[in-house]
Amino acid sequence: MPELRVLLVDDEEELVGTLAERLALRGYDVTYLLDGAEAVRRAAQEPFDVLVLDVMMPGMNGLEVLKEVKRARPEIPVILLTGRGSEQDSQTGLELGAFDYIMKPVKIDRLIEIMLKAVGANG
Amino acid sequence: MRGSSLLKNLLRKLMYGTWGAAPSDVYKKIHYRRIWLSSVFITGVVAIAPLVFMTVVNIHQYHKTIKEEAMHPTSRLVSSNKRALEHSLIERKNALQFIANEKSTEQLADPLILRSIIDNLNSTFEHFVDLTFIDERGNVINYVGPARYESKLRGVNYSQAGWFQEVRDEGAHISDVFPGFRETPHFVIAVRHRDPHGDMHVLRATLDMALLTSKIPSFSKDDGTDAFIINDQGVLQTASRFGRKALEKAPVPVPPKTAATEVLEKTDDSGRAYVLGYAYIEDTPFIFIMTRPLPELMQSWLSLRATLLGFLAGSIVVILLLTTTVSSVLVGRIRDADMRHEMALHKVEYTSKMASIGRLAAGVAHEINNPLAIINEKAGLLHDFVDMTPEFPKRDKSLKLIESIIASVERGSAITHRLLGFARHIDVKIQPIDLPALINEVLGFLEKEALFRNIEVQTFIADGVPSIMSDRGQLQQVFLNLINNAFEALKKDGRVGILIENKGPDQVVVTISDNGPGIPEEDLGHIFEPFFTTKTEGTGLGLAITYGIVRKLRGEIEVESQEGIGTSFHVVLPRVRGE
Repeated sequence: MPELRVLLVDDEEELVGTLAERLALRGYDVTYLLDGAEAVRRAAQEPFDVLVLDVMMPGMNGLEVLKEVKRARPEIPVILLTGRGSEQDSQTGLELGAFDYIMKPVKIDRLIEIMLKAVGANG
Repeated sequence: MRGSSLLKNLLRKLMYGTWGAAPSDVYKKIHYRRIWLSSVFITGVVAIAPLVFMTVVNIHQYHKTIKEEAMHPTSRLVSSNKRALEHSLIERKNALQFIANEKSTEQLADPLILRSIIDNLNSTFEHFVDLTFIDERGNVINYVGPARYESKLRGVNYSQAGWFQEVRDEGAHISDVFPGFRETPHFVIAVRHRDPHGDMHVLRATLDMALLTSKIPSFSKDDGTDAFIINDQGVLQTASRFGRKALEKAPVPVPPKTAATEVLEKTDDSGRAYVLGYAYIEDTPFIFIMTRPLPELMQSWLSLRATLLGFLAGSIVVILLLTTTVSSVLVGRIRDADMRHEMALHKVEYTSKMASIGRLAAGVAHEINNPLAIINEKAGLLHDFVDMTPEFPKRDKSLKLIESIIASVERGSAITHRLLGFARHIDVKIQPIDLPALINEVLGFLEKEALFRNIEVQTFIADGVPSIMSDRGQLQQVFLNLINNAFEALKKDGRVGILIENKGPDQVVVTISDNGPGIPEEDLGHIFEPFFTTKTEGTGLGLAITYGIVRKLRGEIEVESQEGIGTSFHVVLPRVRGE
């Protein structure tokens, strides 16, 4: 199985750093970013297999990042991380082309399952 | 007991009229009773006062008129009787005077001529008993009359008698009735005689009292009227109809002297009112008296007064009934309007309170969610490390600890989820609702209390209950209120049952039952009314709002209760919220 390149984007470093480390422990090639705008730029340049994106972020929020990424690289599947009570945002995200969403706090096994599904579906 | 409570109920109905509901806190606070009382009082007084005034004036006026009318016949009767009496006395006096002027001294001194004179007088006038001719010095010169009196008159001298002097000076005298030495009471008419030489003599006639008696009118047996003659000393000259004989003291005091006939209203010794009519007979000591009991005369007045007072009483009763009814309706309307107003205010207050709580809850939940997520990740990473290090000291124990941390995070997360769910429901939104899940959510809020108070909650879900289209938040509030009410009603070891089942093809019914003390039958009809509460701290709005929401969701809510057994609320909801 080729190594999966994952881009994690969340403004909370404590969270995203740890999550990245856990995914790395499981053998994924993980890059994490704290800023939406930079994520858009990097996603356009680098060949990520999957994008995990927090919806609630300062500056450019998750849904805006999703829109930009989908315009530049429509083939990359995007999974949204949402807080409780933001189901409406998740719904919008799905309409904008996100593959799926997952509630925080995240269960890592569930995240991996969805990631694999997304990549698989993508071919 | 039963009668008095019936009366109380009737009074209550009359007072509160259409208000229906038992007096609640608000009712007491705003003093509707006072408004009602002043309304009844003011309209009552405005309507009744003129009526009473008119009746009093009428009664007074009628009384005066009727009394005058009652007295008038008395006055007429007295006048005509007085005239008849006066006439018969003057007639005899004039006849006597004529004889005194016509006959000479010698003729009058002749017993034969005097005898023929008295016979002639009696054939014309009657009641002459005897005639006496007296000279200037008061000595009896001639006498004709019953022989048995004749000897008694021999040698009598009248010169010192009052009447003799009066005749000498005034020319005539009529005496009152006296017994004298004759057996029957009689009276005297005396006139002056002058002969051509200027000598004075007196011609005196004694008349039978029967003359006076014959002038007294007679009355029917049941007529209380009495008529008699008295003298100016208050001595009866004729017998009274009611017991007293002639020459006894008169039953009425001597009335003040007047020239004309008078009618007065008097009261006798025993307090009975009577009408006194009297007339003085000129140049005599006689007074004609007539008495009539007033009540007899006023009989028509009494029945008229009874009619007037009856009409007044009837009118007052009708007016009071009308004013109380109208006031009840009006005050009832005011109270209803006030209640609706208050209810609306409470609803606004309640809604905005819920909105504030919702926003606060959402804010708190969101802020707590982030650290929870971080704890979750850190614990997860730690779990990974321990898990991947077989030689980690106390590895199994550590793994268990970390899993416990993660489980706690999940619990915290469930709470924030619930809070956020609550906040979301402030906005009205019709969406598919899974009733069992919603009820479980509501029970989640109450599970601590249920545990603490040892209340057993059981949920039964019938087969084939579909999800319905409704508003999540509103339904949550409905069931929260109802289940909370059930909890409050329960003592220790209570049970609450929740049953969800289909009702026909288009409705779902949720029944919430408790085995609490039940609701008294008289309260059962009021429990959905605003401000009706049996709790000391309740607003009386919980069930009213619940009712309002259920109606808004096109549903129905019913209650059945049996004291000592428990209470059930049935919430019937449409599957699809129609228009």
